Amino acid sequence: MTVRLFGRRQMLAGAGTVLAAPALAQAPAGAIRIGEINSYTAQPAFLLPYRNGWTLALEQVNAAGGINGRRLETLHRDDGGKPEDAVRLAGELANAEKVALLAGGFLSNIGLAISDYANQNRMLYVASEPLTDALVWSRGNRYTFRLRASTYMQSAMLVEQAAKLPAKRWACVAPNYEYGQSAVRWFKELLTRHRPDVSFVAEQFPALGRIDAGATVQALAAANPEAIFNVTFGADLTNFVRQGLTRGLFEQRRVVSLLTGEPEYLDPLQDEAPENWIVTGYPWEQVNTPEHAAFRDAYRKRWNDHPRLGSVVGHDTVMAIAAMLRKATAVESEAMVDAMAGLRFGSVFGPVEFRAIDHQSTMGAFVGRTVLKNGRGTMADWHYADGKDYLPPDETVRQLRPQS
Amino acid sequence: METLVLQALSGLASASSLFLVASGLTVIFGVSRIVNFAHGSFYMLGAYLAWSLVTALPRGHLGFWGGILAAALGVGLIGIAIETLLLRRIYRAPELFQLLATFGVVLIVQDLALLLWGAQDLLGPRAPGLRGGTMILGLRFPDYELFLIAVGPVVLLLLHLLFHRTRWGMLVRAATQDREMVGALGVNQRMLFTSVFFLGACLAGLGGALQLPRESVNLGMDLAIIVEAFVVVVVGGLGSLMGAALAALLIGELHALGILVLPKITLVLVFLVMAVVLVMRPHGLLGRAQAPAAAGAAAEPAIGATPRPLVWLGLAALLAALALPPFAGDYALSVLTEIAILILFAASLHLIMGPGGMASFGHAAYFGLGAYSAALAAKWLLAPMAIGLALAPVAAGLGGLLFGWFCVRLSGVYAAMLTLAFAQIAWSVAFQWSEVTGGDNGILGVWPDAWAAPRLVYYYLTLGLCLAATLLLRRVIRAPFGYALRAQRDSALRAETIGIDAFAIRWRAFALAAVMAGLAGGLFAYAKGSVFPTYLGIPRSVDALLMVLLGGVQTLSGPILGAIAYTGLQEQLMRLTDLWRLMLGTTILLLVLFFPQGLAGAARARWEGRHGGA
Repeated sequence: MTVRLFGRRQMLAGAGTVLAAPALAQAPAGAIRIGEINSYTAQPAFLLPYRNGWTLALEQVNAAGGINGRRLETLHRDDGGKPEDAVRLAGELANAEKVALLAGGFLSNIGLAISDYANQNRMLYVASEPLTDALVWSRGNRYTFRLRASTYMQSAMLVEQAAKLPAKRWACVAPNYEYGQSAVRWFKELLTRHRPDVSFVAEQFPALGRIDAGATVQALAAANPEAIFNVTFGADLTNFVRQGLTRGLFEQRRVVSLLTGEPEYLDPLQDEAPENWIVTGYPWEQVNTPEHAAFRDAYRKRWNDHPRLGSVVGHDTVMAIAAMLRKATAVESEAMVDAMAGLRFGSVFGPVEFRAIDHQSTMGAFVGRTVLKNGRGTMADWHYADGKDYLPPDETVRQLRPQS
Repeated sequence: METLVLQALSGLASASSLFLVASGLTVIFGVSRIVNFAHGSFYMLGAYLAWSLVTALPRGHLGFWGGILAAALGVGLIGIAIETLLLRRIYRAPELFQLLATFGVVLIVQDLALLLWGAQDLLGPRAPGLRGGTMILGLRFPDYELFLIAVGPVVLLLLHLLFHRTRWGMLVRAATQDREMVGALGVNQRMLFTSVFFLGACLAGLGGALQLPRESVNLGMDLAIIVEAFVVVVVGGLGSLMGAALAALLIGELHALGILVLPKITLVLVFLVMAVVLVMRPHGLLGRAQAPAAAGAAAEPAIGATPRPLVWLGLAALLAALALPPFAGDYALSVLTEIAILILFAASLHLIMGPGGMASFGHAAYFGLGAYSAALAAKWLLAPMAIGLALAPVAAGLGGLLFGWFCVRLSGVYAAMLTLAFAQIAWSVAFQWSEVTGGDNGILGVWPDAWAAPRLVYYYLTLGLCLAATLLLRRVIRAPFGYALRAQRDSALRAETIGIDAFAIRWRAFALAAVMAGLAGGLFAYAKGSVFPTYLGIPRSVDALLMVLLGGVQTLSGPILGAIAYTGLQEQLMRLTDLWRLMLGTTILLLVLFFPQGLAGAARARWEGRHGGA
C-alpha cells in the first residue's frame, strides 16, 4: 500500500534513483521511457500486484546495467477505467513526455482504444493484460503486441479438459461484456467440435460487478446441467460461489472455470474456495522452475508479499520490452516493431515468443483443479499449458486477422 | 413450478436488501430534498465496518450481530458528521447543488476505503445459526436468505411505527409534505434534518452490513447499489416508504424471474421498469405531487446584459484560445480540444437546467448519440467527416425530440430520473448490440479526414464550431424563446395564463440541448478516434451535471467556467497522483463550501457587491 501514498512522479523511475523528475518534457539523457497506462483506481485488486511486478522488473533491468547502458524509465498513468481518458493519456505520454513506446491496459476496450491510437500514430504498443481476441485478430494492427494468453487460448486450454469429462449437458455463466461473451462462444464452439454429443442447456449473463448471485445460481440449477462453464471473476465469482455452495449447485456437478485459479480471485475466497473445479490459474507456491523460483524470491524480498498473476504479467511485460530493446537496431517505432515480431524472451513461466503472424505471445497458463489446503484454495494436478499449443492453425489466423 | 417458487424467493431476498438501502434514501430525500449520491458509500462503509468488527470481535452470536448493528450505528454517526459539517451549510444553495457535495464525498470515500481496507475483496464470516439451507419443494434454499426476506418487512413495520406512533415521526412526515410550514410552526429543523440523516445513513449501513454473509465486501459496492437504490426510490415515489417497498419488490422479482427468460436483461431491466412506471405515473407508484413552491417564491435572477468587463474578459480568453495554440504542443492541443467540446456539452445541459429549470441525469445520451451516429456513418457508410459531423446533431436532436416528449412532462427529480432511464436504455443498446455498435469494444478508427488530421486544424475546427454553438445558446437564452423558457420555469401557471405553451417550450429547449450535445459528441468521436458505450454512460452524465453545478446554474458563464475548472482539475490530478479521487473530492467539497452559488455565481455576487445589481 505504501506505493500508493507517493505521487506518481516520485516513483516514476521505479529504480528509485531519479530523485527529481524534470518538469520539462525532456527525458534525462540516455534514459528510455515507457509510457504505461492502466485502470489503477478502477481495478486495484489486479493492478497493484501488477505494478509491483513491473517495478521489480524495472529495477532488475536497471541494476543489470539497463539497455546497452541506457536506463529504463516508466511513466504510469491511471485511466480511471475510461477508454477516452486512456486515449488522451496516450497522447500525453507520446507528445508531452516523449515516451518511446506505450504499454499496459487491463480492460479490453481500453486496450483496443490504445491500440488504435498506436496504429494511427505509428507507435509501438505492448498490451499486457487485455484478453480480447480482437486485439490481435479482427482489429489487430502492425503496432500492437499482446503478452497475456487470450480469451481464445485460455478457453481452448479448458476445452481440452472439459472434453474428457463424461458430462453432456452444460450450462454457462459469464459476465455480460465482450470477454464473457467471447469466452462462452469459443468454449461452445470448440467443445462441440471435440464432442458433438454435448448440448448447452442454460446460459446466464449477469452484469459485470452486479451479479444477483442467488437468482443466477437458482436459474442455473433449474436447468439441471451436468457441468458448468464459469467465466465470472472477482466480486461476482465470490458471490456466485457463496450462493452456489449454500444452494448445492456444485454438488454432483463438474465446474470448469476461467481464471479462477489465479491468486487474485482465489485468495479472497479463503476457506470457501470451491474444490475440484478445473481452472486456469497460477499456483505460485508450487511452481519451482528455476526462473519462477528466482522471481518469487526476488518479489518476496522486494515487497514482503507473495506474487499474484498480475505481478507476473507486469514483470514479464517489462522483460519483454527490455529484450525487444536489446534486439532493436534503434529506439524508434518501426525498428522496435520489427524487433518485437518474432521476439523470444525468457518469461517467468519459461520461453515465450511474440508470434510474427498475429503479434500474440505464446505465454501460457497453468491448468489444474482447485483444492483446499490449510484453509485456503490452491491448485493441484496442474500442468503448464504452453500458449503455442492452443492457437488456431496459421491459415485460420490469417483469415481472422486483416492482412495488409 | 418449484423453480419459479424458488426463483421468486431469491427475488424476495434481493428485494429485501434493496429496500433497506432505498428506505434510507427516500427518508432523507423526503425531508431534506437532498439527492444523496453518497448513499451508496454509506452502504459500502456499512459492509466494510461490519467486516472489521465481526472479524475482530469473538465469534458467536453476540460478536456477529453486535458487529452488524455497531456497523450500522457507526455509519449513522458518519452520516451525522457529513450532515453537520457539510450539508447543513449549503441547504440554501440552489436545488441539486447538494448533489455536488455528496459526489465529492463519494470520491473521498472510494480512496479512503482503498487505503484503509486494501484492494483485495474481503469475505466475511457467515451468520452463526444461519449457515445452512432449508429444503423447500425439494430444493435447498439458504437460511440466511430466508432471514433477509424477513428483515425487510420487519424494518418496514418498525419504520412505519416510528413515523406514525411517535412525535418525531409525525414531524418528519409533516416536513416531508411541507417543510416551510413545519419551520414556521417553530420546529427545530436542524435537529430534524440531522436525525433524519442519521436514520437514513444507519439504514444504508445496515443494508451493507447485512450483505456480509452473502457477498464479498469490495470497492465497487457503492456504485453498484446507488443507481438501483435511486431507481427504487423514484419508482416508489419520492419520500414514500410503502412505495419504496413496493418498488423494491417489483424490481427484485422482475430481476429474478426475468433472467430465466432473457439472461442479458439485467443490464437494462431496472431502467425499463422506471421508464414505464414514470411514463404511466409521473410521481411514481405511490408518490404524490410535491407541494408547489409557495406562491411568489423568489424567481431566479433575471439575466441582464453582459457586464463590460466580462465582455473584455471573454474576448481576451478568446484571443488567447486563438493565438496561443500554434505554439502549444500536440498534447496541449488535444486537451484544449477536449475542453472546447466539454464547454459546449456543459452549455447544452445548462440550457435545460438553468433557464429551463429541468435537471437531467442522462444528458450523456445525446452526447453519445452524436458520437455514435458519426462513428456509425464512418464505419458503415464510409462517410467523410463532414457528413458524420452533420449527422451527429441531427440524430441527437431526433433522440431528444423522442425522449424529451416523455421527460418534459415530468418535473424535478422524476424528470431527471426519466432522462437517466432513457440514457441507460440507449447505453444498453450500444453495449449489447455488438453486430452494429461493436458492443463494449466500441467502434475504432473514427479519425478525421486528411485535411483536418493535424491537431491544430482539428482544434480550430472544434473551437469554431463549439464557440458558435455556445454563443448561439447564449443568444437563445436572451431571445423571446429564452424569456418564455425562463417564464415557465419561474411560474408555469402564470406563464400558461399569458399564453405560453410551457410543454412546447420545454420540449423544444430539450431538443435543442440534445442537438448541441450531439454536435459535441460528434466532435469528441473524431477527436478520440473511437467511440465506446462509456460516452453515454452515467459517469459522463454526472460529469456534465458537475460542470454545470460547479460553474453555477444561474449564470450564463457558469457552464463555461465549470467545464474548464472540472476538466482541467481532473486532467491535472489524474496525472499527478494516484490519489486523484481523494484530491478531486476534497477540492469539490471546498468549492462547494466556499462558493455555494458556483464559481461564476460567486464571481457575480462579488461583482454586484462592489458595483450594485446588474
